[in-house]
Amino acid sequence: MSAAPLIAVRDLVQRIGPQEILRGFSLDVFQGETLVLLGKSGGGKSVFLRHLIGLMKPVSGQIHFEGRDIATLNERELEPVRKKIGMLFQDGALFDSMNVRQNVAFPLRERGERDEKVIAAKVHDALAMVNMNGHDKKMPGNLSGGMRKRVALARAIISPPDVILYDEPTAGLDPIVSDSINKLIRRLQKQLSVTSIVVTHDLISCYHIADRVALLNEGKRYFYGTADELRTTQDPVIRDFVDGRSPDDEPL
Amino acid sequence: MPFVNFFGNAVSGFFIYLGEVAQLAGETFASILKGRIRFKLVLDQIAEIGYRSQLVVIVTGAFTGAVFTAQVYFQFASLGMGTAVGSVVALSMFRELGPVLTGLMVAGRVGAAMSAEIGTMKVTQQIDALRALAVHPVDYLVVPRAVAMLISMPLLVVECVGCGILASYFVAVNILNIEAVYFMVNVQKFADSSDILMSLIKGFVFAILIVFISCREGLHARDGAVGVGRATTEAVVICSLSVLVANFFLTMFLNILFPAGGW
Repeated sequence: MSAAPLIAVRDLVQRIGPQEILRGFSLDVFQGETLVLLGKSGGGKSVFLRHLIGLMKPVSGQIHFEGRDIATLNERELEPVRKKIGMLFQDGALFDSMNVRQNVAFPLRERGERDEKVIAAKVHDALAMVNMNGHDKKMPGNLSGGMRKRVALARAIISPPDVILYDEPTAGLDPIVSDSINKLIRRLQKQLSVTSIVVTHDLISCYHIADRVALLNEGKRYFYGTADELRTTQDPVIRDFVDGRSPDDEPL
Repeated sequence: MPFVNFFGNAVSGFFIYLGEVAQLAGETFASILKGRIRFKLVLDQIAEIGYRSQLVVIVTGAFTGAVFTAQVYFQFASLGMGTAVGSVVALSMFRELGPVLTGLMVAGRVGAAMSAEIGTMKVTQQIDALRALAVHPVDYLVVPRAVAMLISMPLLVVECVGCGILASYFVAVNILNIEAVYFMVNVQKFADSSDILMSLIKGFVFAILIVFISCREGLHARDGAVGVGRATTEAVVICSLSVLVANFFLTMFLNILFPAGGW
């Protein structure tokens, strides 16, 4: 792990309407690691992830990527940054007017690749990596949730990015498909040396893939450490989250 | 006081809306000037906007020309001016009916489709996916539609006007028994190139209004299917009203440049 973080987030504040979602959230992500961000549903994890690729602008705070504050960049200035960061959206966000092959080939074509043989070979390799070969003519509407996520992942990695952001990659999937996604995240880290930030509340997934874990609680970083430290901590807030306990006085 | 607040909000909302449409238009024209044009998407959009709008434009133009001919003839015949039908219909089709009817038809068909398509992409995070893949939504979604509209709309207007005059000829000569030569002479005498130019300019301006209002509505859609429905309805209503309002100001302005003459 290098000394300088690849992504350094400092005092991030975000409000949606009257609600303050992030209240001075700070985080370091280092080159080549897989960082899992845990937190309650609706706690701001996905909102945080969207800031890392410039889909949302913070009210205040900095997001340094390769030493540059991307929170100050406009849409055009963000394009080179986005070429280095891939994102897997919660429901895949596949283009519903394109089939699987066209979806996966999309980033290549947009980045100027015109050789159909090269495109076909790369699409084949990307789909093979997510075990989705043979489905390339299907439309997104005819795919299951897990298949959509895997196709979206193939689209995110076809032009290998330096960083991949995963928004709830295993949410709504059965344990076997979830495990295949977890293995895929690990494999991508090993094969492509990508830095991964995974937003989830799936602890099995977290223990499987995390080099380090951060817990977002009430808009701030509450915990930052390894998966083992998370497992063994006696902090009551973290224990409630890890053991899946709701407060006794919480209304039904 | 509540009335003042309501009025103030409505006025500021109107200017904010105008600003958003103008900003989208500015970004789009800047992208076009910088050559960020995806020609395959432009051709797809020309097929969607131009080619697939022909039936509605032809039927609208033809039947408007036909019924207008009949009505004008019924009024003019009693004054012994039945042969003037051709000139009245031709001028009306070129200067007003052709561009406005085409604008309204395209606003209904194409404006609705644009706002629904872009709105659905917005609420299903497909536009965020575009942005995350380093593709600017204006370049990918708005530029091809704008270029296709600017090419297609003037041609559709010409088609509408042409069909209207042809239908008028058919009704005048074959049903109302006006001599073909009088009809043609009157059309040629009173309608000239300035009328065609006025028609094309109006078509061009309506294309700009329809494409940017519809795309703006789509890009601002939210709250799922209901939001897409709302955006689509608003796109059609605002485009239609804009066409009608803009037509008045265009007529007043263009009449200074190209005065209706020859009478």
